[in-house]
Amino acid sequence: MSDAIIAVLVERRGAHVAQPTLEALTLARTLGRPVAVWLGEEPPAAAVEELAAYGADEVRFAVVGDALRLPAAAAAALEAATADATVLVIVSNFTNKEIATRLAIATGAGMVVDAAGAEWVEGRLETIQTVFAATWNVRTRVNAERAIVGVRPNTTQAVLAEAPGAGTLVAVDVEVPASRETIVSVEPQAPADGVPLSETIVSVEPQAPADGVPLSEASVVVSGGRGTRGDYALVRELAGILGGAVGASRDATDEGWIGHEHMVGQTGTTVTPALYVACGISGAVHHRGGMQASGTIVAVNIDPEAPIFEIADFGVVGDLNDVLPQAIERLREHKAS
Amino acid sequence: MRIVVTVKFVPDLQSTRSFTEGYVTRTADDGTMNELDENAVEAALQIRELLPEGECEITAVTVGGPDAVAAVRKALQLGVDHAVHVSDEAIAGSDVFGTATVLAAAIRKIGEDAPVDLVITGMAALDGLTSMLPTALAQYLDLPQLTLASTLSVADGAATIERHLDDAHVTVSAPLPALVAVTDEANKPRYPNFKLIMAARSKPVTMYALADVGVDPASVGAMAARTSVVDASPRPPRENRVIVTDTGEGGRALADFLIERGLA
Repeated sequence: MSDAIIAVLVERRGAHVAQPTLEALTLARTLGRPVAVWLGEEPPAAAVEELAAYGADEVRFAVVGDALRLPAAAAAALEAATADATVLVIVSNFTNKEIATRLAIATGAGMVVDAAGAEWVEGRLETIQTVFAATWNVRTRVNAERAIVGVRPNTTQAVLAEAPGAGTLVAVDVEVPASRETIVSVEPQAPADGVPLSETIVSVEPQAPADGVPLSEASVVVSGGRGTRGDYALVRELAGILGGAVGASRDATDEGWIGHEHMVGQTGTTVTPALYVACGISGAVHHRGGMQASGTIVAVNIDPEAPIFEIADFGVVGDLNDVLPQAIERLREHKAS
Repeated sequence: MRIVVTVKFVPDLQSTRSFTEGYVTRTADDGTMNELDENAVEAALQIRELLPEGECEITAVTVGGPDAVAAVRKALQLGVDHAVHVSDEAIAGSDVFGTATVLAAAIRKIGEDAPVDLVITGMAALDGLTSMLPTALAQYLDLPQLTLASTLSVADGAATIERHLDDAHVTVSAPLPALVAVTDEANKPRYPNFKLIMAARSKPVTMYALADVGVDPASVGAMAARTSVVDASPRPPRENRVIVTDTGEGGRALADFLIERGLA
């Protein structure tokens, strides 16, 4: 299947290619011929070069503007750009899942999300993922001719291609509204003439990026929970010295101590960093489900019975106000040496 | 105003779940409605409370085996008006597209009496968490899709939501009928009160088989599934775990662990 076209939907931060896309391209190279798909506007030359360096033979782009934010429109653009692809790899997040679900219905593709890897087995794509709050490993086979695979960040190590891809820039023509009525079979909500989509974007307020990389993509996450009593200074300091992102438990976000976008858990962000440090977090099942597949787990909690210790590689039973300052000091000494 | 809320039966999250021949098996006896669907029911109840008495009717619908009736019973206890349970042996082993097909057919059937204005779902099921169902359902019903809604307001024949995304808060509006999927930020679900619990006991649950909602059994179930589980095994427990009690050196021990592992 090495000549199969493996499309990779590019995840962007502004004009830059996000790290999980480079991981997805690395995975795509093992499956066939990678083609990157950039939705929005024409990608900057530096981004095209980077995608090629990670193996993209083509960089296809579709100019769809703000309509990109509507799953139906984005799915139509993606469908036009990936018509010849056997496999589409997306970064597994809420918005991409919406877009890809529509594409799967339009194309009959089999879809697996939250995967940690994929390979060909006897001509069929198989994926591996963890389920049930990361307590089980599951291997799934895609029975359909086409496959859509959502991969979690940090599950493949991004590696430059031995020989860069050609990175040929290809513009894709997209008729954004066309796909809807052909796909569905129920009583149509006839859209008004010239209004292709029934949803209207009222406003878009850009959010300032959180310090450093987004939580879902960070290779180190330091989280604080109830034990912080709302003071995140030590958690932030430890995250800073480890080059990580700051996370939180649901308790903490419910208290309003820190924004919802920091919440790690089944309804917040699911993270799979190389290192997860839980500070003052008891480890309720909702939280564990969002971080249990992390590489190394370290926990600090004053309660020796806290469930977080059941899944920690290294745990300290103690007050985080004693433990964290000492750890930070020691790490600083180590860095300086 | 007619609202349909989709609810899913899930086992207690603390229960043991495993795979047998590619299917999920659960040892728990006491499953209930998916917790995130409580936010969907709550959203519907809040809309009804804003309207004059008798002007809004809420139907909860679930798809699943005999146990799944517990999900719509819970919705009745919370205060919905009607309950529908679609159950058929042919549904077993469906993937998300099969489940959405059955739900869409059931909602169309409910709409035969009088049109449905709003379909409300939760953001995900806590047992599977793929979050694919709301989108699939919107597409099968050809409804505008207002998903990941952190807020919801319905006025003047339109629904408006806010999506709190990583890079932006996006406000999206669509004319009714529409599908809305609410997050757990959208509201605080109420607890059922004694009166409602007693009243729910005598409320009927309408049962449908696939034939009743006009779904071809061959189009759903395990045989139609586009993906299948070929292997499943419990993750091995983490090995060589170390838990120390801080007696003044805990922080240093933590730092040394990170340094030894090459993580700092």
